[in-house]
Amino acid sequence: MELLVTVIKIAAVLGIMLGAVAYIVLAERRIAAAIQNRIGPNRVGWQGLLQPFADVLKLVMKEDIVPKKANKFIHDLAPVVSISVALTAFAVVPFGDHINLWGYDVRLQIANVNVGILYILALTSLGVYGVTLSGWSSNNKYSLLGGMRSSAQMISYEISMGLSLIGVIMVTGSLQLDQIVRAQEGWKWNILLQPVGFITFFVASFAETNRLPFDLPEAEPELVGGYHTEYSGLKFGLFYLTEYAGLLTSSAIITTLYLGGWQVPFIHNFGLSDFWIAIIQVLGFCVKVLGLVLFYIVIRWTIPRFRYDQLMNLGWKVMLPLAIVNLFATGVVMLLL
Amino acid sequence: MAETQNKIDYSKTKPIIHRKDLRWWNKAYIPQILRGMTVTIAQIFRPKFTRQYPEEKWDPPASFRGRPVLVEEKNGVERCVACGLCARVCPALAIEVQGSESEYWKERYPVKFEINMLRCIYCGFCEEVCPEEAIVMSQDFELTFTRQQDAIFGKDKLLIPAEKLKERLEFLRANR
Repeated sequence: MELLVTVIKIAAVLGIMLGAVAYIVLAERRIAAAIQNRIGPNRVGWQGLLQPFADVLKLVMKEDIVPKKANKFIHDLAPVVSISVALTAFAVVPFGDHINLWGYDVRLQIANVNVGILYILALTSLGVYGVTLSGWSSNNKYSLLGGMRSSAQMISYEISMGLSLIGVIMVTGSLQLDQIVRAQEGWKWNILLQPVGFITFFVASFAETNRLPFDLPEAEPELVGGYHTEYSGLKFGLFYLTEYAGLLTSSAIITTLYLGGWQVPFIHNFGLSDFWIAIIQVLGFCVKVLGLVLFYIVIRWTIPRFRYDQLMNLGWKVMLPLAIVNLFATGVVMLLL
Repeated sequence: MAETQNKIDYSKTKPIIHRKDLRWWNKAYIPQILRGMTVTIAQIFRPKFTRQYPEEKWDPPASFRGRPVLVEEKNGVERCVACGLCARVCPALAIEVQGSESEYWKERYPVKFEINMLRCIYCGFCEEVCPEEAIVMSQDFELTFTRQQDAIFGKDKLLIPAEKLKERLEFLRANR
C-alpha cells in the first residue's frame, strides 16, 4: 500500500511538473513578447495555449544529428543526465502537509529524506555534469567553451549557495525539508530571519539554473548556442525541458527554504476542516512557486548578461564574503539570544 | 631612427574613460535591478506593435512598389503600344513583349505581354521608362505560387482598369 501511494505520488508530481514546465515555456514567451511590445505565440489554440504541444511535436519529428567525431555514447548520455537531475531534485520538496484521502493519511512529499538539503545540494551540482559532458562530447569548440564556463560558474556559486544554506540550517535546526517548513510557521519565514542569506541563495540559484543574467554556458551571441550547439531534435528538447524544469525545481526549493514552503499564515484562525486547510496549503505553495517563476522570467528580460570576469568577481568577491558574514552574524545572534 | 620616432609608448598613454561617479548604493545591484524591473513591467502594459497579418491587412501608400500591372483604359483597350522599352530596361529580364498592328488609332498593341514574377525585382524601371504610362507598380504585394508556371503572369492577370490605379497614376504625375 505504501509503495502504491508513493508511485501514485511520483506519477502525479511528475505529470503536474511536466505540464507546468510546458506552460512555463509558453508564459516565458508571452511575457518576453509583452515586455518587447510584441504579442507572442497566440495562434495555436486559444491565445496560444496549445503552443507547447506543437513545439514538442516539432522537436519529436526533427532529425537527430550527431556530429561525425562526437563521442556518441556521452553525446546521448548528457541530456539524460541533465533531465533526470532536474526532475529528481523535486522528490524531497514537501508541497503540502498531511492530507486525509479516503481514510489514508497521505504525506504530501514524495520522499522525506532526513538529509534533504544535502540531497538537493548533491543533485544540483550533478546537474553541471550534463552540461559539461554535452560540451565535451560534441567535438565543437563553442560547446566545449560553454561546458567549461558552466563548470567554473557552478563551482564559484555552489560555495556561496552552500554557505547561505547553513544559515537556514542553523535557524531551523534541521536538515530535513519537512522540519524546515514546520519551523517557519506563521510569519516566521526564513526570508525575514535570513534576508542576506536569501539574496545570496537566490543569486546563486540563478547561476545554478543557467538563467540570465548568468547564462554564460549558453551565451547565444558569443558561443552560438553554448553547450547545446550540436544538439537537435528530441535531445535538444530535453535540454530545453531541463532548463525550465530546473527553474521550477529551484523555485520550489527557494519557496521551501525561505518562503515558508506550504505554510499559509493565519490559516488556522478561520476554523476550516483539516482537508480544506491541506488543500489551501498546497495551493499556497503553488502560488509562491509561480510567483518566483514569474520573477525569474521578468529578471531574464531585464538584466543583460554578465561578462565572465564580472561573474567571477561577483561570485568570489561579493557573494562568498556576504554568505560568510551572514553565517557569522547568524551565529552571534543565536549565541546572544 | 625613424622607427623609434614612430613608436608610441603605450605604457605612458592612458585611455580616457568617462565614468559616472557612482555611490555604493548604485553599485549594490539590487535597488537598480528592482528599478529595471519596474521599467520592464511597465512595458507590458504599453500598446503592442504587432500586426495580426492575415486578418489585419496593410494598406500601402501610393509610393509603394508592388507587382507591376498594365493599365486598361475605359473602353477595355490597354494603353501599351508594345514599344518594348520595359523589356529592354528590365534588369532581371522578367518582361517579354510581342507587338502587332491593330485597327485602333494607336496602331500597335501587345499580342503577348508576360512578366515572370519570380524574376521581377520590383525596381520600377519599367514604370519609369514607359512613354505611355501603360505599366505601373500596383499596391498588390501578396504573391504566392505553388508552381513555377503560375508565376508567369500574362495579359489576363496584368490588365487592371485605370480607375483602380488612380492613386499610383496621380502619384507618378506629381513626382515625375
